Amino acid sequence: MNYPKITKIKDIKKENSDVKTLFFDFLKETRPGQFFMIWVPTIDEIPMSISYIDNNAKGITFRRVGDATNALFDLKIGDKLGIRGPYGNGFNLTGKKVLFVGGGTGIATLAPTVEKAIDNKISATVILGAKNKNELFFEERLKKYGADIKISTDDGSIGFKGFATDLSKELLKKEKFDSIITCGPEIMMKNLFDISKYIPFQASLERYIKCGIGICGQCCVGKGLRVCEEGPVFDRKKLKNIEDFGIFKRDAAGRKVKF
Amino acid sequence: MDEDAGSMERVFNCGASAVVTKSIGLEPKEGYPNPTVVELEYGILNAMGLSNPGINQYGKEIEVLKKLKFPIIGSIFGSSLKEFVEIADKMENFGVNAIELNMSCPHAKGYGLEIGSDSKLVEEITTKVKESIKIPVFIKLSSNLPSITEIARSAEKGGADGIVAINTVKAMKIDLELKIPILSNKIGGYSGKAIKPIGVRCVYEISKSIEIPVIGVGGITTGEDALEYIMAGASAVQIGSGIYYRGIDVFKNICKEMETWMKDNGYNDISKLIGVAHK
Repeated sequence: MNYPKITKIKDIKKENSDVKTLFFDFLKETRPGQFFMIWVPTIDEIPMSISYIDNNAKGITFRRVGDATNALFDLKIGDKLGIRGPYGNGFNLTGKKVLFVGGGTGIATLAPTVEKAIDNKISATVILGAKNKNELFFEERLKKYGADIKISTDDGSIGFKGFATDLSKELLKKEKFDSIITCGPEIMMKNLFDISKYIPFQASLERYIKCGIGICGQCCVGKGLRVCEEGPVFDRKKLKNIEDFGIFKRDAAGRKVKF
Repeated sequence: MDEDAGSMERVFNCGASAVVTKSIGLEPKEGYPNPTVVELEYGILNAMGLSNPGINQYGKEIEVLKKLKFPIIGSIFGSSLKEFVEIADKMENFGVNAIELNMSCPHAKGYGLEIGSDSKLVEEITTKVKESIKIPVFIKLSSNLPSITEIARSAEKGGADGIVAINTVKAMKIDLELKIPILSNKIGGYSGKAIKPIGVRCVYEISKSIEIPVIGVGGITTGEDALEYIMAGASAVQIGSGIYYRGIDVFKNICKEMETWMKDNGYNDISKLIGVAHK
């Protein structure tokens, strides 16, 4: 039933000054790359990718940017949330050596997939792109798990100075990868898509989601592909036919908004 | 679905004979905050709040669709006679094949049902819209009325080319643990299987009392459901929530199921079944 289940926050972890992870009990099986609809009662209900997957507990990681995430940021252990899902398709792991590129909070979406890759003996190289070193998170978590971490910051305060795509371009010249998996700002993902022409590619798209169950049409891209149902992960073949990709999204009223 | 050109093309390619757009108003409208949709035991409850990009922007979506040459019914809503006429004019100029006046949205203040429950206003708006445009005009009505037939008669008097019945049914869901309604708008409209008997009854009553065709809608998920509406007097049916229950191919599948039933029961002309239940 697609009905918000009221759940208490079990634990909270501050990842950096503006990013937090909330943990709660959630038994249903979820796949890396799927998302929940998180209801902050009386405020809003928003889609949020699953950043921690344990048998009994799940987590969501977010930066405070709007009404809902600010309200989530202020919640305490024991406070109640409504959760429905999991929704969407999730990532598909193929090949022996995978390049993950996470821009900003996109790494929250990728983290469980990186861990699953390592569990499956797939070599995982992770490029973490951030504006500066204070905005980074999950680098320790993924390093400890066994990923090869490479960092890029726009201001060069740590790691490579420049965009995650610039670092990816250099890396792709030197090393061969069986596939690329990415989540982050759509312009970054589009650039990555363009420079990695022949490598199998999956990107997780973000759109305004209302129903989450494929009926309202708010999150449609291309020829009626529903991000909440057929996505949020699309592969290279699908992305080629989504004319919106990297160009525009739609706001709550359905108007096109350029990236 | 049916807010953007891409999704309407997909619905059409999945077997729909025509598409009805999301209801479009004069100005862009973001709608209500989430939760706007919640699935219940026997149906789906929603209060989107008539979110839409506004009639001026919507021309771009219709422009894309027109190239594909399939029938488009432009659904519109307004808060006054003047608004209905202005939007209908624009919709016609974009090139849609018919207009549906949404006089039945149960959860938007000043729109929808608040207009569609006033029989004089329904007749007046229908008359003026009809005078102003050449394409067919359908009026979508609510079951939340003391007498849906009275309003349907007013629309017929105003010159409507057809009645669409029904829109979602006013409803609410309260969460026991939080003790608050789940929808941000508190009240929403119920769709899906639970409302089918209500829709069938409305279509039966309306088609008995007016001459113009009726389009049946409400809880249709199978070919048998569609046939039930047709026997009640509908000349065509619309499907929305059925997409959730059976996927986007619901259109193709319902057509197939109707054909199978007709073959098994010795019918080859569907018009013979329209309103048979009246006898």
